[in-house]
Amino acid sequence: MIPAAFDYKRASSAAEAISLVSQYGSDAKFLAGGHSLLPLMKLRLAQPAMLIDIGRVKDLSYIKDAGNHIAIGALTRHMDVETSKVLHEHAPLLSHAAGHVGDAQVRHRGTIGGSIAHADPASDLPATTLALGATYVVQGPKGQREIAAANFYKGFLESDLAADEMLVEIRVPKMQGAGWSFQKFNRRAQDWAIVGVAAWRRKGEAGVALVNMGSTPILATSVAGAIAKGASISDAAAMASNEADPQSDLNASTEYRKHLASVLVRRALEAASK
Amino acid sequence: MTITENKPTSIIGTRLLRREDPPLLTGEAKFTNDLNIPGALHLAVLRSPFAHARIKSINVSAALKIAGVVAVYTGKDLQSTWAAPMPCAWPVTADMKNPPHFPLASDKVNYVGDGVAAVLATNETASRDALDAIDVEYEPLQAVVDLEDALSDKNVIHKDLGTNKSYTWPLLVEETPGCVEEAFKKAKYKVKERYVQQRLIPMAMEPRAIAAVPQPFGGDITLYSATQIPHILKVMTALTLGIPEQQVRVVAPSVGGGFGSKLDVYAEELLCMALARKHNTPVRWVEERSENAQATIQGRGQIQEIELAADEKGKITAVRVRIVGDMGAYLQLVTPGVPLLGAFLYAGVYDIPKAYDFSCTSVFTNLTPTDAYRGAGRPEATYAIEMAIEALAREMKIDPFELRKRNYIKKEQFPYTAFSGLTYDSGDHLLAAEKAATLTDLAGVRAQQKKQNVPGATKLLGVGMSSYFEMCGLAPSRVLASLNYSAGGWEAATVRVLPTNKVQVITGTSPHGQGHETSWAMIASEKLGVAPEDVDVLHSDTAISALGLDTYGSRSLPVGGVAIALACDKVIEKAKLIAAHQLECAAEDLQFVGGTFSVKGSPDRALPLAAIAFGAFTAHNLPDGCEPNLEAQVSYDPPNFSWPFGTHMCVVEVDTETGAVKILKYIAVDDCGNQINPLIVEGQVHGGVVQGIAQALFEEAVYDSDGNLKTSTLAEYLVPAASDVPAITTGHTITPSPTNQLGVKGIGEAGTIGAAPTVMTAIIDALSSLGVTSMAMPASPQTVWKTIQEATRGGKK
Ligand SMILES: Cc1cc2nc3c(=O)[nH]c(=O)nc-3n(C[C@H](O)[C@H](O)[C@H](O)COP(=O)(O)OP(=O)(O)OC[C@H]3O[C@@H](n4cnc5c(N)ncnc54)[C@H](O)[C@@H]3O)c2cc1C
Repeated sequence: MIPAAFDYKRASSAAEAISLVSQYGSDAKFLAGGHSLLPLMKLRLAQPAMLIDIGRVKDLSYIKDAGNHIAIGALTRHMDVETSKVLHEHAPLLSHAAGHVGDAQVRHRGTIGGSIAHADPASDLPATTLALGATYVVQGPKGQREIAAANFYKGFLESDLAADEMLVEIRVPKMQGAGWSFQKFNRRAQDWAIVGVAAWRRKGEAGVALVNMGSTPILATSVAGAIAKGASISDAAAMASNEADPQSDLNASTEYRKHLASVLVRRALEAASK
Repeated sequence: MTITENKPTSIIGTRLLRREDPPLLTGEAKFTNDLNIPGALHLAVLRSPFAHARIKSINVSAALKIAGVVAVYTGKDLQSTWAAPMPCAWPVTADMKNPPHFPLASDKVNYVGDGVAAVLATNETASRDALDAIDVEYEPLQAVVDLEDALSDKNVIHKDLGTNKSYTWPLLVEETPGCVEEAFKKAKYKVKERYVQQRLIPMAMEPRAIAAVPQPFGGDITLYSATQIPHILKVMTALTLGIPEQQVRVVAPSVGGGFGSKLDVYAEELLCMALARKHNTPVRWVEERSENAQATIQGRGQIQEIELAADEKGKITAVRVRIVGDMGAYLQLVTPGVPLLGAFLYAGVYDIPKAYDFSCTSVFTNLTPTDAYRGAGRPEATYAIEMAIEALAREMKIDPFELRKRNYIKKEQFPYTAFSGLTYDSGDHLLAAEKAATLTDLAGVRAQQKKQNVPGATKLLGVGMSSYFEMCGLAPSRVLASLNYSAGGWEAATVRVLPTNKVQVITGTSPHGQGHETSWAMIASEKLGVAPEDVDVLHSDTAISALGLDTYGSRSLPVGGVAIALACDKVIEKAKLIAAHQLECAAEDLQFVGGTFSVKGSPDRALPLAAIAFGAFTAHNLPDGCEPNLEAQVSYDPPNFSWPFGTHMCVVEVDTETGAVKILKYIAVDDCGNQINPLIVEGQVHGGVVQGIAQALFEEAVYDSDGNLKTSTLAEYLVPAASDVPAITTGHTITPSPTNQLGVKGIGEAGTIGAAPTVMTAIIDALSSLGVTSMAMPASPQTVWKTIQEATRGGKK
């Protein structure tokens, strides 16, 4: 468990981090909570020559009520998302999902920004923010831009972020009292989901996103569309299995994953409708 | 039981907190890798990425250029270093095939993880970097992964052996020749079942770690190793390396669990010692987690076929068992003996006639070697008989508990001479089972099940149980000899009363999490009438504890603990002679109660042990011919195995839509005879049960068809955490062992033996209305879901 040799710089602000990454180019990687990056480095599956530590950029750790959305700094730890009063009131689906990430140690180190930037389809927060229709704010050498979550995920561990860009803020629309449910199906409590579902529902409206059902987190638009057209929950849920062509692995074949997706979407929508 | 003699102090049976815990919990305890050894070189082992391949060439020149790298050795370079191949101490049959096995492979690698080259470097990072720089050219060969494939001998792994079969070991016990076949012909009911015991990775929390420290002048060498067996290791490394045994000292510092995986002589131990001697400098090594998964032994790995014949009442009339054992690529220390440890237990706790036909054929595969893993052979046997008796109950359409009751060996039958000739010293299976049923509220659960498991329900309740008998406390040396085991089964103890009446207990057991220091102090405290905190327990260093056979097979208490009690008796005998001399009375007139000798009938004439201890030290006033000091040494070889038993029950709820299994209740009623410390007994049961649940629901070493391990990290190999297992209710019955003075039996493996069949029978019970009659382990949600699909779709019913 010894990573290959690397250099290390600590940034104290987003601007400094971006200027460092521009300087070192594609050999450099941001280090936030390190809970996705360091395991890969220890297995020597990732061998960045330069680590730019953004873990102590304090002014990017916040959760603020910004009117019709909640603004969350990219360096906010999962534990702070889980326990935030503001989120409990305005986006309980997100704080609840954050409480299901890994175990307590992971939640104290891992950051919401790292989780989203890493773009792992098996992670809980990419799909959850996708279901909620979040917007991600990224900053590069030329300033900031906003990317809708729906346009952010490009492939397995690939996103719309450029190498010299940093995710700085996540904007989550207020849920306005919508019912919600987060279904995480796994074999051990601290594991990633075999299949997960983040869903909310308000009268004729719903948002559903799937965890670990393909190479990216997946917005189940057909399910939400069916609900909008008045379909029953079980009819709408049945469409979830056609949203994706999931991989087969030790825990689940493609067929079983698709089956789980419809069961879990149905359960999520039922719970969100109560 | 002489143990009650000292009643006034009675510490035995109390829940004394473990003295081991504060140093372990605060980090004060030192594990092998915590030892500060100045100047040590770091070993790293390059491992084969192929399950089966010829080594065509190895180029180490780039590795040697890395700063800090001192040397790189290939198997060929070291071949002349070994005085003998790595040891297998259990040649179960005279014609057993055992391929030569050396710390590094030379011509051919036989499993993923097989050592190919050894790097020595001044720091760990350089040693790791060097591994990436070694260039090995392999010629991949077809791997043998599947047991049936191995049996066919289509592709022979060790060409010189001419076959993949290592041995066939039969155990046929018939009252009259042919009576087994006869019984099956006459049987009213018959079942034939097939079970797969998946491979398991022991995953001790502390991986293996080693440091070999040579003494450049004189040739002595000390081996520090995270091992369960310092004594056996001393003999074996001396033989394998050709070092005179008196020059080898083995120390096991704090050891973080073993479960059998540290009951072995490993390549890295031999490499560290050989290279430390070659370079005249200490050499150390610590295992990475995925190395641990690949290069430390694995457990289980059997295909079992069991047949039961029964009469119209369901009384079992014959048992037939065929096993294929997966040895992996080579035989490690006791690899071939593991199936034999279960061979006598396929009739479980049941009273059967002499009609028993067992045979095991063990084969080589291109996978990590297997060896003893918690329970070793006995969980497999218990699983087979307990699953089969449930199958028989289904066949007869009767309640499985009722069928067990008809077959249990009855209380009055003990001591019971089994079909095998072994004597089961004590037991009361019905009592333990009924206690488990009460704690489970079996009647209530069955009623709830009727209500809940209606057609269309998606949350189905199931109840499972298993009754077990364990043959443990690995001992009677003569019986082990009859099984061709190369060592004995005795245990040594020394008890020494120091001048100030403090006590040293030196034991040959080698604890690695079991709490021996606490328990052994309690035994000496009870016997000698001193406070437990006045007893120091020394172990796991062959320079201090010269004699011993270490810790495995639930042997430490019924063999090693009893040896301590016997040594205390000897000390008391000697002290009594001194007391008689000083009190001017006959030794027979003295009694020893609460740490004081007094003349029976005149309590004023008394001498405390403290006075005698000091007197034995000054030696000013001893009887003629009496040696100074108060010390006794004992080597104890018990007359029989230890036979703990019990019944476990559990209640599960199966989600038929997802296949998820939730254990709602788990009850373990275990009988290990008298309990020295119930807190420690419960801890052993909890850990054991969790390991059994892990086999039933979570764990499996999964290999692909090329022999690559797909579960080499803890992200894929699912060791359950506290949050994934139920609260466990422990209950006990106490049937003291008549074999030893403490009345104790082993408890280290019982939980593991009981748990897997308990969970699996519960799952099948839950799904019985859907036509499910079998389930593979681990019963992962996907496996359960698929099994339900097949049963309901295929119209198996
Ligand atoms: C044992 C364990 C269990 C886990 N279980 C779960 C689970 O159940 N569910 C789950 O969702 N996750 C789980 N995780 C992952 C965890 O949530 C990680 O914390 C998270 O995925 C990554 O966040 P991080 O801050 O640690 O990022 P890091 O590991 O520091 O970085 C991850 C990647 O993102 C990049 N990056 C980080 N921050 C930024 C930024 N602001 N802008 C641009 N790029 C950035 C880094 O360069 C790197 O490539 C688990 C992790 C572990 C170790």
